[in-house]
Amino acid sequence: MNIEDLEKKFQDRIDAGQKIEPKDWMPEKYRKTHIRQISQHAHSEIVGMLPEGNWISRTPTLRRKVGLLAKVQDEAGHGLYLYSAAETLGVSRDEMFHQLHTGKAKYSSIFNYPTMTWADIGTIGWLVDGAAIINQVMLTRTSFGPYARAMVRICKEESFHQRQGFEMILTLCKGTAVQKAMAQDALNRWWWPSLMMFGPRDEESPNTEQSVKWKIKRKTNDELRQQFIDIAVEQAKVAGLTIPDPDLKWNEERGHHDFGEINWSEFWRVVKGNGPCNKERLKARNDAWNNGEWVRDAALAHSEKQAQREGLKQAI
Amino acid sequence: MKDKLYEYLLMLGDNSMVLGHRLSELCGHGPSLETDIALTNISLDLFGQVRSYFQYAAEIKGGDVTEDSIAFLRFDRDYRNVILVEQPNEDFAHVIGRQFLFDAFHLPLLEQLMESNDEMIAAIAAKSIKECRYHLRFSSSWVKRLGDGTMESKIKMQSAMNHFFPFVSELFRETSIEKEMKELGVGADLKMIKEVFDEKVKEVFFESTLEIPQSSSRQTNGKTGIHTEQMGFILAELQYMQRAYPNMQW
Repeated sequence: MNIEDLEKKFQDRIDAGQKIEPKDWMPEKYRKTHIRQISQHAHSEIVGMLPEGNWISRTPTLRRKVGLLAKVQDEAGHGLYLYSAAETLGVSRDEMFHQLHTGKAKYSSIFNYPTMTWADIGTIGWLVDGAAIINQVMLTRTSFGPYARAMVRICKEESFHQRQGFEMILTLCKGTAVQKAMAQDALNRWWWPSLMMFGPRDEESPNTEQSVKWKIKRKTNDELRQQFIDIAVEQAKVAGLTIPDPDLKWNEERGHHDFGEINWSEFWRVVKGNGPCNKERLKARNDAWNNGEWVRDAALAHSEKQAQREGLKQAI
Repeated sequence: MKDKLYEYLLMLGDNSMVLGHRLSELCGHGPSLETDIALTNISLDLFGQVRSYFQYAAEIKGGDVTEDSIAFLRFDRDYRNVILVEQPNEDFAHVIGRQFLFDAFHLPLLEQLMESNDEMIAAIAAKSIKECRYHLRFSSSWVKRLGDGTMESKIKMQSAMNHFFPFVSELFRETSIEKEMKELGVGADLKMIKEVFDEKVKEVFFESTLEIPQSSSRQTNGKTGIHTEQMGFILAELQYMQRAYPNMQW
């Protein structure tokens, strides 16, 4: 079979709604796109542990301590499944780490913003996990089997995180004026970066068309962003918070909310490495990796010694 | 009796809380994803135990005392944890050494507490012991890996153990509260725990090719509230929200 026939057969399978598995033939670009997307997703989970981890030692109550520890641990677990899913495409975890540490691979820019108050932790759960879920629910039906299956499990945990985050915000909003102001301040800082999580506008998103054809994406960036805004506006009303966008209003004709212009120069500035915490996040990951080298070496040396001893025992 | 039981619960809970706090500082910074998950998990287990002990302590104390007022609103002299658990995360060998020594003490402690006359303590111990068995398995396997790994890891592991050993004797030094709780059949007998602890240390050190440090003890009064310079900084973080924003619901 020549390459055109293979590609056609591949596309037919996708069009028929079949899942592509790691050992199946796939176009090189499909493989590369998946390695890029899944590893970026894994990196986002791992880097995402840092801004929230920043508050674990300062949670206001024991209940919140246990909740936040469990949440950050879930994220490490998501990273683990996703790295494994990417490994099925022939890239090693060490190689993916190397790409992250050298700045070659990207992760979600949202984690380059600082967590300044306790309300940021609730807001991340509410908005950042809320935005992530919209993307991830779509990905549970993506064409690549291991990625779709990882997403099913991840989505269950993410929706719990989202509810937990929103409940934290509601508690603040029902509390004292100081607490409510803390929640509003966090919303003011996280709203626009959350909208940026869906990526550039469709006309500036070169990968979208191919991704839709391969059913990696089933909705465009702008469609997903709109879906998120419509949900978040209602949630903000319940909490009694004001979304920091003077242009935000319901558009009867479209059946959606209109909203103001996103600051795209800020978006690109953060993507290119110059957000408030890009340097700190990369440094933390590099430090963890470099400081852990002797530990990983020791574990390897120990398992080799064990294997040698086993071999000796069997020889005797 | 009620006051003594309250103090005894603080001793049990504070050890888990301060160690859990130290482990939580590492979240996201571990040497591999797997160890990161494991250490966070241990921290989570320890904080779960803290909640059980402190909820019970709050019930005994009555009034407006809660698990959170116990955890976050005492002064440093009122914390009853041992010095070992407040030691900082110098490097991964320190994290593992501290964990192993505590786990090797904690498991036989919980075994005895399962037989406590106090039904609530017995129930908490029965629940915690499953977690603790896993903690000890994890920490002792890492002591072996690092001890019998590379030359560098062996030096680091031995040096961490040399640092911690002077704090070990405090674990077994009986305070008047522990004595009374033991005599009432509520608390544990530290002498019996020490025998199990010594055996475990001997076994794991042998397999790790490490030497058991012969050091004299120092700073042994954590249980009576005399802590190291570390404690103030731990409390500064731990208590930050409750001190900065008092009397609020979170």
